[in-house]
Amino acid sequence: MVKINLICIGCPMGCPLTIEKEGSNILRVTGNTCPRGDAYARKELTNPTRIVTSTVAVEGSDVVRVSVKTREDIPKDMIFACVKALKNVRLKAPVHIGDVVLENVAGTGVDVVATREVYSLSDPG
Amino acid sequence: MYDVMIIGAGVSGAAAARELSRYKVNACVVEKAEDVCCGTSKANSGIVHAGYDAVAGSLMAKLNVEGNEMMGDLAKELDFPFQREGSLVVCLQEENRPGLQELYDRGVQNGVKDMRILERGEVLQMEPNISEEVVAALYAPTAGIVCPFGLNIAMAENAYTNGVEFKFNTEVKQIEKIDGGYRLVTDKGDFETKCVVNAAGVYADVFHNMVSGKKIHITPRRGDYQLLDKAAGTHVNRTVFALPNRKYGKGVLVTPTTHGNLLVGPTAIDVDNPEGTNTTAEGLRELTEKAGLNVKNLPMRQVITSFAGLRAHEDNHEFIIEELVDAPGFIDCAGMESPGLTSAPAVGKMVADILQQKMHFERNPDFNGTRKGILNPATLSIEERDELIKKHPAYGNIICRCEMISEGEILDAIHRPLGAKSLDGVKRRTRAGMGRCQSGFCAPRTMEILARELQVSMYDITKSGGDSNIVVGTNKDLL
Amino acid sequence: MKAYDIVIIGGGPAGLAAAVSARKNGIDSVLVLERDKELGGILNQCIHNGFGLHTFKEELTGPEYAARFIAQAKELHLEYKRNTMVMEISPEKVVTYMNRTEGMQQIQAKAVVLAMGCRERSRGALNIPGYRPAGIFSAGTAQRLVNMEGYMPGREVVILGSGDIGLIMARRMTLEGAKVKVVSELMPYSGGLKRNIVQCLDDYGIPLKLSHTVIDIRGKERLEGVTLAKVDEGGKPVPGTEEDYTCDTLLLSVGLIPENELSNGMGIEMNRVTSGPNVNESLETSIPGVFACGNVLHVHDLVDFVSEEATAAGKNAAEYVRQNSGAACGLDGREVLPQKAAIELEAVAGVRYTVPKTINVERMTDKLTVRFRVGAVYKNCYVSVYFDEERVIHKKRPVMAPGEMEDIRLDKAKLLEYPDLKKITIQIEEA
Repeated sequence: MVKINLICIGCPMGCPLTIEKEGSNILRVTGNTCPRGDAYARKELTNPTRIVTSTVAVEGSDVVRVSVKTREDIPKDMIFACVKALKNVRLKAPVHIGDVVLENVAGTGVDVVATREVYSLSDPG
Repeated sequence: MYDVMIIGAGVSGAAAARELSRYKVNACVVEKAEDVCCGTSKANSGIVHAGYDAVAGSLMAKLNVEGNEMMGDLAKELDFPFQREGSLVVCLQEENRPGLQELYDRGVQNGVKDMRILERGEVLQMEPNISEEVVAALYAPTAGIVCPFGLNIAMAENAYTNGVEFKFNTEVKQIEKIDGGYRLVTDKGDFETKCVVNAAGVYADVFHNMVSGKKIHITPRRGDYQLLDKAAGTHVNRTVFALPNRKYGKGVLVTPTTHGNLLVGPTAIDVDNPEGTNTTAEGLRELTEKAGLNVKNLPMRQVITSFAGLRAHEDNHEFIIEELVDAPGFIDCAGMESPGLTSAPAVGKMVADILQQKMHFERNPDFNGTRKGILNPATLSIEERDELIKKHPAYGNIICRCEMISEGEILDAIHRPLGAKSLDGVKRRTRAGMGRCQSGFCAPRTMEILARELQVSMYDITKSGGDSNIVVGTNKDLL
Repeated sequence: MKAYDIVIIGGGPAGLAAAVSARKNGIDSVLVLERDKELGGILNQCIHNGFGLHTFKEELTGPEYAARFIAQAKELHLEYKRNTMVMEISPEKVVTYMNRTEGMQQIQAKAVVLAMGCRERSRGALNIPGYRPAGIFSAGTAQRLVNMEGYMPGREVVILGSGDIGLIMARRMTLEGAKVKVVSELMPYSGGLKRNIVQCLDDYGIPLKLSHTVIDIRGKERLEGVTLAKVDEGGKPVPGTEEDYTCDTLLLSVGLIPENELSNGMGIEMNRVTSGPNVNESLETSIPGVFACGNVLHVHDLVDFVSEEATAAGKNAAEYVRQNSGAACGLDGREVLPQKAAIELEAVAGVRYTVPKTINVERMTDKLTVRFRVGAVYKNCYVSVYFDEERVIHKKRPVMAPGEMEDIRLDKAKLLEYPDLKKITIQIEEA
């Protein structure tokens, strides 16, 4: 059996997790204060994932960048592929929170969505 | 062929240019930096010295006292910040009192007016934050403080509007004697001129030695400074000097600035590199140690920035302002260390007089010696300010939150004669970015205004010209 | 002069939450003054996720979190002005503001909520020697350039300071194509959240050097490199440990300072530790009717707590207006009770400060959150609260660090059992 220590990134508490593992079999997770810690630990050891946030260009507003995120977490090793896929995306105002910016980013099956409102110059909100 | 080319757009060069513009003269200032006031003139104490320091009978003493006397009227004509709030030289040990008397006597010889030696009680009444150990002080009411950028920029602007040309980003590489004058070989081409004014600060010896067999030598003498927040600006009400003594040497001064900050400095460290304006840990430590000797409870926690300037220390510690015997038409304006800023108005006049006597220029009938500085809306009443914004809405848009500088002032700085082209150019003209957050907030906004008004890209905006670009690309451009 | 019941200075997370709360507590005449071109404050440039777990029970990005409050403000038809700078507030609560369209204006407020936020400490405050080239940015300035404007401030980056913004920017710069070489932290511990070290540094293999600082800056025009050195326990560089890094960018994440120029101008009593106003249980400053919340009061780690604090401030401001209007107009027969002397909260033994600083038991809520920070890293220690000499709370905490705000809750019912209480002491005790 091996013991692995991780810091949970589920919330700002940052619980120190200890995972007991036998081969690829996770026996026990301790140190977490909520179920999210347990889930994070298991995922981190098998298929680590992250939410990716970035920005893309937008035209037709006094705002020039729209902040975006992957709607769900994507595999950690796909982070750079995801960001690269956003490189040449250009949107037109208006943009609303939740609007899909890029579908199925880098083949992850996850959409990238806008995380801010961008009003057009003609209707500045 | 120019009549006169002035090397250097620092305070001496600008003063010479302005005085020359009283005449019909085809003059040009060449400056290697992107703006005026980029060398020694931008990083000093901003003190208008009374004139008791320099050796009696020296040119330094003469020009100091003259420059001091001229400063008041000049500040009115050219609208730059200047306050004659006096200075104190603080004596902490009874046995050093003769040193104080020596300064007083020298001041009298130099023609400094209204000095008095004050006893402890009177000193502490005047400046409650002076060290309790004070025994006496030399009070010189004619001393003052000036905005060094304000003075330099005002004189240059006024010279420019009266017809003097300015070439920036132009570095003189070589000076050749030609028939009837000199050829200045620069990185922007060659220029011919009948006369040269060598106002090149720490490089003045280099240019002098290109044309003269009688060599001079200038040592860049670094002075580290620390600038404190405006909250500490009234810790002292006038410039406080240390009385030089054996133990601590010249000591450091503590002074309010015309912008309302408190300034502590300088060190005096001889360096080899004429571009070596880096502060050092030792230098900054020395300031903290020495400043507290004369002024108590100095709030050094409130330092907002540190900087260093280089004084052009000539081996004989004397101004050299003269036409070279073995290089006719080449006028030195060298060794301009303290009190160079104070002396600048008199230095400019002296240089112009030398040239006028030689070249017999006609008077410039169109000369206008007045200039309006950038409006400071904080000096207006609420009603006046309201009126101003109604007329020019840009004055209602605050860009620098710390110094409360509006877009209106920044636009003025960019579009006036010899306007600002960089963040530092805007800063020196308006104070935007000079406050407690040190441009953290306003830099991106000022960059946008510069890019828009100068019709250049954000990539071309620099901190202070040259390769000091601030942004280098767009997001993901190298991915 | 135009008058408002409550004027809120700042339309960031604190100001918005205070405004929404004031309106929900029955005050119609509320005005929010925001200096930027949009509401939401610094959240607009914090595009990373991790906000809102407490407030909304889901993980939002900064702009999304701000948008929730902006939407509420709009639903409630709250009045706000953008691009508007407050120039001065008098102790009599006359607010002077300025903008392009209205020029200079003065309005009378019955209550004021200060929500101006904070600014970053600059290089100057650290006394880092060296040159002053382009390429040195506070982390927040770089964050604005990258996230709001789409510009890269540089390619090869060293970060000084491991506060959250520094850590977040390490990841942001990396994901935009820059090389972040190292994050250097003067203290022997990070000032940021542990999870940010994991997901911003560890994920990208960026080294964190604790007890290291920048001791030299090279480059006359654009930054060319910095020198890092290890520091001893007193924070002094250790000779022989110098390491040169080539870089064109130095980001500074070396602390945040509440922006209290307006508060100082009003003559409000300030706290030397927090650089924010001293406040009582109602988050009211030394000037009655002037409240403070969010980062202008003390720098927070989590916006959720800012919102919580600001919601309380807005409610208390509303309560102040109600009570005072009554007294002033004479419509309301309520007698204003003479206030009992407030109980002092004293922060000792590892506790650096408390917010609030004083408590008036009658005016406190049934449960009052007292927030504080510790001065060092503590493991398996206790937070103890003493009512005068008696220990009434003794709670074990596995880890406490200066970078993470702590809190304890005081019970009104419990306090009422101590009618002669003079002083409440909060301290750290070893196990």
